[in-house]
Amino acid sequence: MISQIFILSSKGDHLIYKDFRGEVGKDAVTVFYEKVTALTGDQPPVVMSHKELHFVHIRQGGLYWVVTTTADSSPFTLVEFLNRLTTLIKDYCGSLSEKSVRMNFALIYELLDEVVDNGYIQTTSTDILKNFIQTEAVTSKPFSLFDLSNVGLFGAETQQSKVAPSAAAARPIMSSRGDQGGKSEIFVDVVERMSVVIGSNGVLMKVDVEGQIRVKCYMPSCLEMRIGLNEEFSIGKSQLRGYGAAVRVDECSFHQAVKLDEFDQHRILKVCPSQGEHVVMQYLLSDELPSAPPFRLFPTIERDNGGRLLMYLKLRCDLPPKRADREPCVSVCSRSPSLSQELSSPDQKAELRAETRAVHWDIPRFPGGAQLSALFKLEVPGLSSASMMEVGPVGLSFELPKYTCTGLQIRFLRLTPVQAGSSQRWVRYVTHSDSYTIRI
Amino acid sequence: MPYLGGEETVKELRRALSNPHVQGDPLRHRSTVLRVIRVMSQGVDVAGLFSEMVKACATTDVVQKKLVYVFLCSYASLNPELSLLVINTLRKDCQDPNPMVRSLALRNMTNLRLPSLVEYVQQPLTAGLRDRAACVRRVAVLGWAKLHSLQPHADIDAAVVNELYSMLRDNDPVVMVNCLRALEEILKEEGGVAVNKAIAHHLLNRLKECDVWGQCEVLGVLQRYRPHSEEELFDILSLLDPYLLSPSVPVMAATLGLFLSLCCRGLPAVSLAALRRAQAPLLAACGSASPEMKFTALCHVQLLLRSLPGLMGEHYKRFFCGYAEPAYIKQRKMQVLVELVNDDNVGFVLDELKGYCTDVSPDTAQAAISAIGRIGRSYSDQCLEILTGLLGLKQEHITSVVVQTMRDLVWVCPQCSESVCEALEGCEDTLQDSQGRQALLWLLGVHGDRVSSAPYVLEAFVEQVRSEMAAGVKTELLTATMRVFLCRPAETQDTLGRLLHYCIEEEADMNVRDQALLYYRLLHCGIEETRSVLQGRRSDPSLGVLIGRPAEPVSQWARSFNTLEPLRQCNAGAESAPQAAPYHLALDPEPSLDLCDPLNPSQDRQETGEMAALHRGVAWDQHRAHEHQDGPAADVPGPSSSSRPVKVYHLLVPVADQ
Repeated sequence: MISQIFILSSKGDHLIYKDFRGEVGKDAVTVFYEKVTALTGDQPPVVMSHKELHFVHIRQGGLYWVVTTTADSSPFTLVEFLNRLTTLIKDYCGSLSEKSVRMNFALIYELLDEVVDNGYIQTTSTDILKNFIQTEAVTSKPFSLFDLSNVGLFGAETQQSKVAPSAAAARPIMSSRGDQGGKSEIFVDVVERMSVVIGSNGVLMKVDVEGQIRVKCYMPSCLEMRIGLNEEFSIGKSQLRGYGAAVRVDECSFHQAVKLDEFDQHRILKVCPSQGEHVVMQYLLSDELPSAPPFRLFPTIERDNGGRLLMYLKLRCDLPPKRADREPCVSVCSRSPSLSQELSSPDQKAELRAETRAVHWDIPRFPGGAQLSALFKLEVPGLSSASMMEVGPVGLSFELPKYTCTGLQIRFLRLTPVQAGSSQRWVRYVTHSDSYTIRI
Repeated sequence: MPYLGGEETVKELRRALSNPHVQGDPLRHRSTVLRVIRVMSQGVDVAGLFSEMVKACATTDVVQKKLVYVFLCSYASLNPELSLLVINTLRKDCQDPNPMVRSLALRNMTNLRLPSLVEYVQQPLTAGLRDRAACVRRVAVLGWAKLHSLQPHADIDAAVVNELYSMLRDNDPVVMVNCLRALEEILKEEGGVAVNKAIAHHLLNRLKECDVWGQCEVLGVLQRYRPHSEEELFDILSLLDPYLLSPSVPVMAATLGLFLSLCCRGLPAVSLAALRRAQAPLLAACGSASPEMKFTALCHVQLLLRSLPGLMGEHYKRFFCGYAEPAYIKQRKMQVLVELVNDDNVGFVLDELKGYCTDVSPDTAQAAISAIGRIGRSYSDQCLEILTGLLGLKQEHITSVVVQTMRDLVWVCPQCSESVCEALEGCEDTLQDSQGRQALLWLLGVHGDRVSSAPYVLEAFVEQVRSEMAAGVKTELLTATMRVFLCRPAETQDTLGRLLHYCIEEEADMNVRDQALLYYRLLHCGIEETRSVLQGRRSDPSLGVLIGRPAEPVSQWARSFNTLEPLRQCNAGAESAPQAAPYHLALDPEPSLDLCDPLNPSQDRQETGEMAALHRGVAWDQHRAHEHQDGPAADVPGPSSSSRPVKVYHLLVPVADQ
């Protein structure tokens, strides 16, 4: 049972406030903000209580999304609801930021009115909501040359027009009847998050890959979509399919609406996508990777006779040569006050950040198969053999476009009945580093 | 939040709203109303515009209607009379051919929360229950609940309740769920909606039609149902089984909650099996992309582990901390890791925890070191090796936590005291904070005979006692010096003398001074008495070697599963857990009595009263002799005899760290 919902900016400005049951006063907002800003780093912030009132909040898009309740409700439901609410608002407003919430407050009030009544969640399905929501989203779109370059000479197809700009999926699902109304598109994203720990001897100590197939649909009418996965896709350890290298995951779960009658035979998912973003399938692979981990690090740490710590890092990218990584960033924890560096190419840069006490090494482009190296010299006061222990671990953050570490691919994407002309289907693959740690 | 220029804005808005040109142009009218709402959500008081907004309500533009309702619902309670004007428009809208308009009017009619309007609302609500459109019925059903909360003491209309019960069979699943919710609220005093066999089976059969939120609600209500036979119970359980593996975490949690409430009393084996089955989805939730969901799941995993220790032992890697995770999640994961340690994975877990000990955030580092200490209760050798290695870093905050952890470890595992004593040498220079120094002093006091440098470390402390700020450190220093004196009198006598002299003559803190005086008196009584008082136990008498936590029955925590309780407990638990070891046990009444058996409990009162009298006498004498500032020392009454024994226990065991 939800008593109030409010959205606060990170500075504490009231963006949205809605009271559903009239049980608590509006000062709850102030109480909440005082409480949340008084928290220290290690205190769990998810549930806070003030007298009889409980605050459950999440942070998304730099905003506080807060639910208050007086009854002892299920935390899973409340947190999941808040997460769902943020995706819903993102679907309707195009993006999630303080600005978009401010501009679309009328739309958000309208949404909240339909989503929750008397503190009970009524529906969060876009299929139902689209019948009720009347306000149109306000978006601010910066002028971009990229949009123009998409159009080839005399309407010919350019290279870029085969690739949707990355911001293409960041628009409201209810396109205004005017300018871009006719564009019915569907985006399918395969997103994988890696969390990896590689030991100091180069052995993989832990691998978890959590993947999702997300569908974002802008089609106004509901039709059936068939998503074909690799035929050799298998779940669990025992089951192996096909002859080639199997694409294997350990666990797999599907959205309620997915029909699986063709899944066992042909690895086809059947969905009737409703507007907005949905996670169609989630899967998890743990303990082993089908290919080598994308990055290897060969560190050498020494002391030189001037009392400095020499850190020689050699980083190798084990991806196929055509793949390139977008702006990876390496960070090494250390406690030293000053740094001098030698990097293998001039467009890279490294700096020592005081607040995280780590050296950050930014690499603008890292093609597959390449190897980069860097030498950092750290001034450490009172250098001892124990100071070596303090260096590390190395954390890598990166985003690999057009790459999935499980090898999952989408064979085809078919819409039935076949739509006339205008529908466009986009597939993207991306692998994020959730946490990629290399011990030294 | 004060908003400058609010009054001006309100005036200007009023002018715009009453301008006939604006009223004539739908677009301009709507945008003016929009501005009012924008200003309202910024925190300006726009109650003055109420009558203008009421007029703006009578429009065919649905968006404008909705906006005006947002305004009216916020301010209706301030203007009950003017709100009567809206009712007519609303009642007219309830007859509108468009179901969306009907539901909107009905919802806002009940959202005004005005008891004076109840009589006008009842008729449209009754009509709403029989509306053709499901969306109107949904609103009408909840409308009755709102009406009831407006006048909680009014009699419940039996006809309405019957109608709501019959609407549980409505075609629309949301209407069905809303009926449950409304009945729960209206019949709260009778214990909520009555779940008999027919209703329960009906709900179970329609479960799959509901969306996830509805399913959670229904599963929650079903917790009250008690099946009549075992056969029926198992039918229900097998029907619910697929929901236990639902990809939606709230549904999984609600189903597990229902399983537990159905079987935890009669069928503990079944509920344990359900826990095992739910482990996979719960683990998946622990790896969710949303940190809040992760945290919620982790807290519930801890609950599960209370009954099935080592349940997820082979999945320990899933609880390794991510590089960029927030500190509160890291700490929670470490707490879970400690529970999952077994012979096979202890090496990996310790290796991983060791990596966190040098974390940038001191809180995380601290939690990691305490976690190693907890594991040390079962695997002491490996852990001590790591802890000793950490002392070599000479980092202030790390050393402090390591020493505290070692103290806690020695208290439960006396067999490690040998290696701890070796490790202690030389770490006094790095320690800065009072917690760490107290721990070091306690260790030196209790194991003074084994640390060769103990008297000299204490001497260094005594020399700096003047600049010492923390009273806790001073009392600990007194106790430690006394204890070392008992086993190594030759080396310590001089130091102890100086310390007692300082504490009695110059110390301003009464507690420290009282304690010094007590020791002074005690020494007068003879060395054997002193020994019998001061040399208490060196380890926790109630604990053997911890092998694993005994499994609690599920019913102990089943009630708090899937509530906010586990998440809140964590808030409190996080602070006390790391330093939990000796003190909590020592302050329990039983062990403390056990510790002071040299003092005959029956004589306690009399003896302490006597001591207090002595105290007062001494304090008074000294006060006169040295002409201290008068007041506190002279006026301090003897500690009341009831609080005294507790203080004595404090002396015998290390003083609880606050």
